[in-house]
Amino acid sequence: MSQAHDHAITIRPPGIGTRVVSSLHRFVKKLADEPLGMAGFIVLAVLVIVAILAPWLAPYDPSIQSLENALKPPSLVHLAGTDEFGRDILSRLIYGTRITIQTVLSISVIVGPIGLLIGIIAGFTGGRTDAILMRATDIVLSFPALILALSLAAALGAGLNTAIIAISLTAWPPIARLARAEALVVRNADYVAAARLYGASPLRILLFYIAPMCIPSVIVRLTLNMAGIILTAASLGFLGLGAQPPAPEWGAMISSGRKFMLDYWWVAVMPGIAILLTSLAFNIVGDTLRDLLDPRHARS
Amino acid sequence: MIKVEHLDVVYGHKENRNYVVRDVSFSVAKGETLGIVGESGCGKSTVLRSLAGIEQGWTGSIEMDGHPIGKSRSRDELKLSQMVFQDPYGSLHPRHRIGTALAEPIHAMGLGDGWSNVPTALKQVGLPEIFASRFPHELSGGQRQRVAIARALTLSPQILLLDEPTSALDVSIQAEILNLLCDLRDERGLTFVLVSHDLAVIAHMCDRVLVMQNGGFVDELSKNDLRAGTTHADYSRQLFETSFL
Repeated sequence: MSQAHDHAITIRPPGIGTRVVSSLHRFVKKLADEPLGMAGFIVLAVLVIVAILAPWLAPYDPSIQSLENALKPPSLVHLAGTDEFGRDILSRLIYGTRITIQTVLSISVIVGPIGLLIGIIAGFTGGRTDAILMRATDIVLSFPALILALSLAAALGAGLNTAIIAISLTAWPPIARLARAEALVVRNADYVAAARLYGASPLRILLFYIAPMCIPSVIVRLTLNMAGIILTAASLGFLGLGAQPPAPEWGAMISSGRKFMLDYWWVAVMPGIAILLTSLAFNIVGDTLRDLLDPRHARS
Repeated sequence: MIKVEHLDVVYGHKENRNYVVRDVSFSVAKGETLGIVGESGCGKSTVLRSLAGIEQGWTGSIEMDGHPIGKSRSRDELKLSQMVFQDPYGSLHPRHRIGTALAEPIHAMGLGDGWSNVPTALKQVGLPEIFASRFPHELSGGQRQRVAIARALTLSPQILLLDEPTSALDVSIQAEILNLLCDLRDERGLTFVLVSHDLAVIAHMCDRVLVMQNGGFVDELSKNDLRAGTTHADYSRQLFETSFL
């Protein structure tokens, strides 16, 4: 009898570490059943690794010019050919992943929390707060994203940071609307009523009960948005309003390759392929995340 | 223990005024189990939700433990009564572990982190301690309802409000949950208000039954009335005849 007491399990709240590990474990287990999603995740993982290891992976310096090597077709020496200044395109693509990942990450980090917070506050409080927040969202939603980004870039000066700010400004409203829709459903749930009955404060209900239910769909939406963000960033680069030369931004590379498109196709096509693969991978990953995180889209 | 006088719940304004509960008065003694029966939409759940404090659009007076209760409640008033919901699938947060769910009431009340209380809370409803680290979706409906009952009891309320606690469960599980509730009531001297449309459940649990129709009470039956099948109003006779057929 006393032995049973000695071995009694002490029940403690699981630490943040074990929680993260166990939910990651469940996630990977489910992911194993989705070969396409797995492929998307692998592409993204490769992209991140390439961005981190760029200086060691790139065969040449991305900005060193050698005019005698200009516009060489893909060969064993230059796997993706060279551009009009004789710079190795593969090296530029490899360094370009850094810019892409940086853009995507910083926009998601800005847009996700802002959209989530505005959405759940509007959905949870309702009434006048909801009306004000949602009208503000509607106003921003009615701006054409690229045009606003253009005007901002014109006002603040072209550059990668301006592009990031400009895209962030227009990218949060869809996320806020999504979070609000989720919060509207969740706030009437019995477990929220129960939480009110045992005295949980509104802030606690908002952050500990409502937010966790809205986060999965926000993550899914963010991932699906990333493809669009990459394209918008590339468009800004293409128009000369994103990252400035000689930064190896993929959109800017297409833009400069456009002049030689017919005779030297690889200058524009190689960064095009990189953009295509990356945004495709983000789309696939977003789709898979929706299947995994959102039970309403569960596959039969 | 509970005294309700002239309780009205009205939805809508002016011409669209719709009395969901009309001039309801009743009282429940300490340790008593009061049943409220009636067909769907008669207002029985609304009475209970007003008592719990979820429904705030009521007028009249509600007294608990001798003190009048306002519409927005202090923590001490909240601690007097807790509620068990009908749907065990909707009343537990899907992303909170069972242990978190059971620790939450104490944590939210600011009485410590509540985790030391979890093993006893699980034990008193007949669940093993290891359930603390599980998620609600890993439990059956009956087990979830046990957790919901345990959670309602963590603040040691004197009153438990039961909104059809067994109607979402399998028949064999229903009896288990009802027996658990009876045991807990006898052990802790709890006062129950039980809303149900299942007369068998009501007859098993209640000392006194109020029959509700269109937002008002039409009949009151004692335990002996229930056993003998005597009724005092046409509506309750109808209700009993159709349910025992």
